Amino acid sequence: MKPLLDVRNLELGLRHGGQAHRILKGVSFQIMPGETYGLVGESGSGKSVTSLAIIGLLKKPLQTLGGEIFFEGRNLLALPRREMRSLRGNRIAMVFQEPMSALNPLQTVGRQIAEMYVQHQGRSWAQAEKMAVEALASVRVPTPERRVRDYPHQMSGGLRQRVMIAMALACDPALLIADEPTTALDVTVQAEVLKLIRELCAERGTAVLFISHDLGVIATMCQRVGVMYAGCLVEENATRDLFVSPQHEYTRGLLGALPKLGSRRLHGRQRLVDIDSFIADRSRLTETRFIAPRNSVSGEAG
Amino acid sequence: MKLGFNLILGGALTALVILAGLLAPWLAHFDPVLDADLMSAELPPDSTFWFGTDAQGRDVYSRILYGAQISLTVGIVSQIINTIIGVALGMSAAYWGGWWDDLVNGLTNVMLAIPSLIFALAVMAVLGPGLVSLLIALGLTNWSWTCRIARSSTLSLKSLGYVQAAQTLGYSDPRIMFTQILPNIMGPVLVMATLGMGSAVLSEAALSFLGLGIQPPFPSWGSMLTDARQMIQIAPWTAIFPGMAIFFAVLGFNLLGDGLRDMLDPHMRTRKL
Amino acid sequence: MLRFTIRRVLQIIPTIVVVALLIFVIFSVVPGSFATSLLSDGKTTPDPQLMARLNEQLGLDKPVHQRFITYVGDLAQLDLGTSFRTRRPVLELINERIWASLQLAVAAMIFAVVVAVPLGFLAALRPGSILDTVTMVGAVSGLSLPQFWLGLLLMYVFALQLNWLPSFGYGDGSLRNLILPAITLGVTPLALLARTTRAGVLDVLNGDFVRTAHAKGLSEAQVVRRHVARNALVLIITTVGLLFGSLIGQAVVIEKLFAWPGIGSLLVDSVAMRDIPVVQGTILVIVVWFLVINTAVDIVYALVDPRIKQE
Repeated sequence: MKPLLDVRNLELGLRHGGQAHRILKGVSFQIMPGETYGLVGESGSGKSVTSLAIIGLLKKPLQTLGGEIFFEGRNLLALPRREMRSLRGNRIAMVFQEPMSALNPLQTVGRQIAEMYVQHQGRSWAQAEKMAVEALASVRVPTPERRVRDYPHQMSGGLRQRVMIAMALACDPALLIADEPTTALDVTVQAEVLKLIRELCAERGTAVLFISHDLGVIATMCQRVGVMYAGCLVEENATRDLFVSPQHEYTRGLLGALPKLGSRRLHGRQRLVDIDSFIADRSRLTETRFIAPRNSVSGEAG
Repeated sequence: MKLGFNLILGGALTALVILAGLLAPWLAHFDPVLDADLMSAELPPDSTFWFGTDAQGRDVYSRILYGAQISLTVGIVSQIINTIIGVALGMSAAYWGGWWDDLVNGLTNVMLAIPSLIFALAVMAVLGPGLVSLLIALGLTNWSWTCRIARSSTLSLKSLGYVQAAQTLGYSDPRIMFTQILPNIMGPVLVMATLGMGSAVLSEAALSFLGLGIQPPFPSWGSMLTDARQMIQIAPWTAIFPGMAIFFAVLGFNLLGDGLRDMLDPHMRTRKL
Repeated sequence: MLRFTIRRVLQIIPTIVVVALLIFVIFSVVPGSFATSLLSDGKTTPDPQLMARLNEQLGLDKPVHQRFITYVGDLAQLDLGTSFRTRRPVLELINERIWASLQLAVAAMIFAVVVAVPLGFLAALRPGSILDTVTMVGAVSGLSLPQFWLGLLLMYVFALQLNWLPSFGYGDGSLRNLILPAITLGVTPLALLARTTRAGVLDVLNGDFVRTAHAKGLSEAQVVRRHVARNALVLIITTVGLLFGSLIGQAVVIEKLFAWPGIGSLLVDSVAMRDIPVVQGTILVIVVWFLVINTAVDIVYALVDPRIKQE
């Protein structure tokens, strides 16, 4: 099976004067059709910037300095802008972190969802607005025929995020990029939204690039995980294997910082280990990378 | 980069004005008031009179240097008054809340409803013309902006919790206001004061033009401009130089204020229209 | 919506009342009376008997609190008093001249909007470009210019040297006379509007929902047209409204410089003559105008932005 998304040696950064300052250094990974792949790491590790590069929304002064991004066989970085635009929202869609501000406050949610159908499927606004009702129903928004006329500020954060998901999945994209979609939501709402993403994408066979700093969320959602640190992908494995036997020092530090239920019973009273006391010398960290070969058996989400 | 540019240029211009005012007695060639020789009235700029002479035969260049002293005085003193009133009212209103806050708000609304030039006009009409009345009038006009800024800054500081902490420690209210709140709101207040200096100099010019500002023969830039109005056709330099002086001074203050605001913006949002 | 409107309108009434009182208090202590300014010719002191009679006629001999009551009573009936100088009702005087002031304000505002809004928009769409820098430098310069210096220079160049435009006066009310004063008056709002437009558009452009719009596959033009413009326009319209409301107050100097027969020059002349009723009436009208425009702006804003009505 050919990968849906094939990122090869991606380098991103700034060009200032004659010099290039790299933020992302040679990142490579693949996502198969229908697979949910997680990118985990701390702030500044480069995970968000990777996703922006894929969907082509890198803001100046950031730019791609090298590497390729193959999507459905084509190198996105070499595509003319117009073609990239036709892919955006259509074949590759994205959901962002802040549902509060991600929707246009002056337009009804129905209108904003309908815009997807008008833009990519050439529908009339009237048709599109009807389809928007169905879209809202598919993300389990109650009374969608009424909700469709609401403005974003009339909805709670969880509902707004559902609207975002509806917009993103409207045109049945092959790849959904979710950048910390539940970080800004209450814990109980988080669980519902995550479940929604999981079920909808499984139904439609949509691949998901799931970005988070929250290991617990990654564990529930993803089949494979890549760990990012300081602009490098330092470890990649099936989720269960990564959590059970982490190879890279950073991954071990990350997992070690998690308090574990029952560890007091097993190990007695201990201090909570923070990452910096776990890792001897941060500057050496990106020297070695552990990328596990892909099994023919796809790992389950742990 | 844009950030630094404002600060540097604004700072340079402001420094220039300050130097001109401070060093006027040494830099000037003639006495600005007394050296009036009608025989050399309305002469264009030449090697003796760098900026030419006015209708009374006075050296425009020297008058401009001394005028800097007046403009700076007007700018600084009026803003000091503004700031004291504005900060006192705004900070206390936000801190104590309740009816005092309502009162201050109402007063601020009233002040904001009256155009500042007109209010200054009214006060000058009551106090009569002259430098002192001007300082009082200008000091009483723009405090409402400072008050708003001080109030909103104090409110956001209050919500941070350390005010409550100080209160539980038993610090008295004035002590909290002076040691905890005041240093933290000085940023935006300073920005407002710097911009206000420019506005004060412009108001002085306008009031002098209307006959209510600094009276002759003192060389305020505004009154120089007013006198020049008659002679603009025969001696345009009498109007050009004072106007340019005002322009560069106010530009300096504005750029400096903008630069300061940009520097502080990530921390506090100041929005003066 | 109606409730909101009524509430906003009622909110300005106490302010107007306080301003009216404040004006009265300030001007009851003005030194030098009207009588003196009218009767003295600078050489001899006027005859005290004459002065007393004049004062009696003007009602100035009555004690302060009585004058105050008359003032309030008159105001309640929308009577702004009678001019000392011309014995005509203040309202009538204002009526004659307010049209000229409005013309000037509208013309200046149109000039400002037509130049500032497109410039501000373009500057925000291309931040850091030459256009952006020039616009911003121009704006800050415009705010640093003494208004009447600009007026004088314009007058000098266009009227006196080139003789293209008349140098002052209302003339026959034709457009030619309006140009110079309108441009002079319009420079300050232009500068402010350019800055706020640029800041507003930049704010919107950096907003999350613009990023979402791009992620949906819309082109730059579509994003600007459908998502940015509306949101920025709200800010622009409110700014224009607020600037317009304060314009009449700022026109005082311009009206005097260009001998424009509006209420600004009326105010200045009356202050010089100590014609108190006219001064009080004019200031009150200017303030009421400003507050009314502000309230109208708030209402328009509430109509456009669905979030406000929830309050």
